Amino acid sequence: MLLNKNTKVLIQGLGKDGSFQAKKSIEYGTNVVACVHPNKNDQLFENKIPYFETVKDAIHQTGANAGVIYVPAPFAIDAIIEQIDAGLDLVVCITEGIPVHDMVKVKSYLKGKKTKLIGPNCPGIISPELKIKIGIIPGDICNVGKVGVVSRSGTLTYEAISQIGDAGFGQSLCIGIGGDPIHGTSFVDALEFFEQDKNTNSIVLIGEIGGTKEQQAAEFIKNNISKPVVFTIAGTTAPKGKRMGHAGAVISGKMGLASEKINILKKAGAHHADDPSKIGETLKKLI
Amino acid sequence: MNLHEYQSRDLLSQYSINFPKGEVGSSPNEIYEIVKKFNSEVVVKAQIHSGGRGKAGGVKLCKTANDAQKFASEIIGKRIITDQTDSGGVIVEKLLVTELTNIKKEIYLSIIIDPDIEGPVMIASSEGGMDIEKIAEESPEKIIKVTFDPILGLKPYQIRQITHSLGIPKKSVGSFYNLVKNLHNAFLETDSTLIEINPLVLDEEENIIPLDCKINIDDDSQFRQKTIFELRDKNQENPMETRAKDFNLAYVKLDKGNVGCLVNGAGLAMATMDVTTKSGCFPANFLDVGGSTDKDKIKEAFRILVSDKKVEYLLINLFAGIARADLIAEGVVEAAKETSFGLPIIVCMKGTNADIGFKILNDSNLDIHIAKNLGHAAELLTSVSNEN
Repeated sequence: MLLNKNTKVLIQGLGKDGSFQAKKSIEYGTNVVACVHPNKNDQLFENKIPYFETVKDAIHQTGANAGVIYVPAPFAIDAIIEQIDAGLDLVVCITEGIPVHDMVKVKSYLKGKKTKLIGPNCPGIISPELKIKIGIIPGDICNVGKVGVVSRSGTLTYEAISQIGDAGFGQSLCIGIGGDPIHGTSFVDALEFFEQDKNTNSIVLIGEIGGTKEQQAAEFIKNNISKPVVFTIAGTTAPKGKRMGHAGAVISGKMGLASEKINILKKAGAHHADDPSKIGETLKKLI
Repeated sequence: MNLHEYQSRDLLSQYSINFPKGEVGSSPNEIYEIVKKFNSEVVVKAQIHSGGRGKAGGVKLCKTANDAQKFASEIIGKRIITDQTDSGGVIVEKLLVTELTNIKKEIYLSIIIDPDIEGPVMIASSEGGMDIEKIAEESPEKIIKVTFDPILGLKPYQIRQITHSLGIPKKSVGSFYNLVKNLHNAFLETDSTLIEINPLVLDEEENIIPLDCKINIDDDSQFRQKTIFELRDKNQENPMETRAKDFNLAYVKLDKGNVGCLVNGAGLAMATMDVTTKSGCFPANFLDVGGSTDKDKIKEAFRILVSDKKVEYLLINLFAGIARADLIAEGVVEAAKETSFGLPIIVCMKGTNADIGFKILNDSNLDIHIAKNLGHAAELLTSVSNEN
């Protein structure tokens, strides 16, 4: 399980944005047990959550088992490695703009470790039923339900969540895997989780141009997924060779094209929302 | 960030990778003087941020200084359009003059970060001089790929594997080994996402000589690659994209299109472009104003959009999570007043203070059309564009 009622969250990097998001997570109901930030040892965040100098200290004192990172990009690799090294079950990295050379090192270091990494450059993960939110997905747009959402985007995920709500459904779990070319949790990891998860009866997948992660997802859907999958691919109108905001959203070869991804996912049996405004509508026709 | 060929040569020479003698000039007279000094046949190459320049007439073999001067006067200040540029092409401001090398064999060599493998890969082929994608298509068996651990680096046995597969002659094995090792060091230390030497040649004496190179540096490494980022050539970029970058806005100008799109979030911005085409219109741009957007940023984004004379309608699509919709609306109204903008604006806003935002927009004198959702925004675009 990615999240459960024993999930205890540690927050690393409490600058302006990190502090704002920490408050939102606590308000939502997340069990935030520790904060890690330099030179704040022995202080309390919002008068109740203790600060620690290192992740290991925080785990030792509070039993934290999940971490979220808001540390700025130049220092983010250190925070990710620190959290993996400390043995957290789940690490969610929200930070945008981490050099890709840092991320390939993280991926190499992660091999054989028990930690699951989500992100970076992602909105995080939210469970409306457990009232746990690790990251920045707005809690008030989510409803308890049975649709699993996985996406490379941030605000397009919120758009999808709100369309799912408008269609009369709710979410079992939403996972933002991030817009960078190299990230921890992949579409395939998320699909595998949703297939096994008893609380999920259908899946919404939001992909975009660039890379071949959607093709890997298609292969997995074809062979391993029995639940209905609705998908959309952002960037059908994007030009080749240009970075469309996300570092991973660059069409560099034929495989990166939206049309390629759409075809291959359709062939795998997933249901295409003709355009990104029809995610809810497409889902409604299926369930 | 792309580097010019001459900049890439300079950078690699710091890693003991040496190219044939070459010099850069930016006027026909300078080019004349350089060739005179070289006193040999030369290759003159336009320095632009695009591949495919040879086919587009950007490279010329010149026998005399006069030939080179003539070529320079024809090409400097012109825009070259290749299959990799947009329809406006890119300007030629500098030419690189290099000595001619006799070529016995051409090799392709590069290191990239491969997102599928999620790590660095060295790619080599005995079919140098060609576009690697063409080699991959036509003779994939001639491509050698060696994945290496970014923490351990490329190991000697892996270099031996490449050397052997390429059939490097015995005499050149040592210098090839050093070149690969140096290229690998350069790749890791400069935060490159691509370093390509194509062609790498063996001359008649079996010397290993790199002829042309291309380097892309990870945009996200700017904070620790300050010296390299000083090499950025803004004149090779679209001026509106450069201006947007200075304000931390992700903006991409599209070739055609009449709908200016202002969106927060990259995925949503692409989705908004896609939905725009459903309306029968076409997006003029990609624009992501980012998560923690303030009023000034919105105003600058608005100014950039309306400076595009092809724009006939604006589509604003915001999902305010961290950002506040009311502040964004204020920014739009102020910027519209300042630029005397009178064209239709379709607005779709959700999230924090969206109601107040809508009120601010409705109370302004702007031609505002409020959309309930993204699908509705496309419908509004259709009806507004049919009226006009």
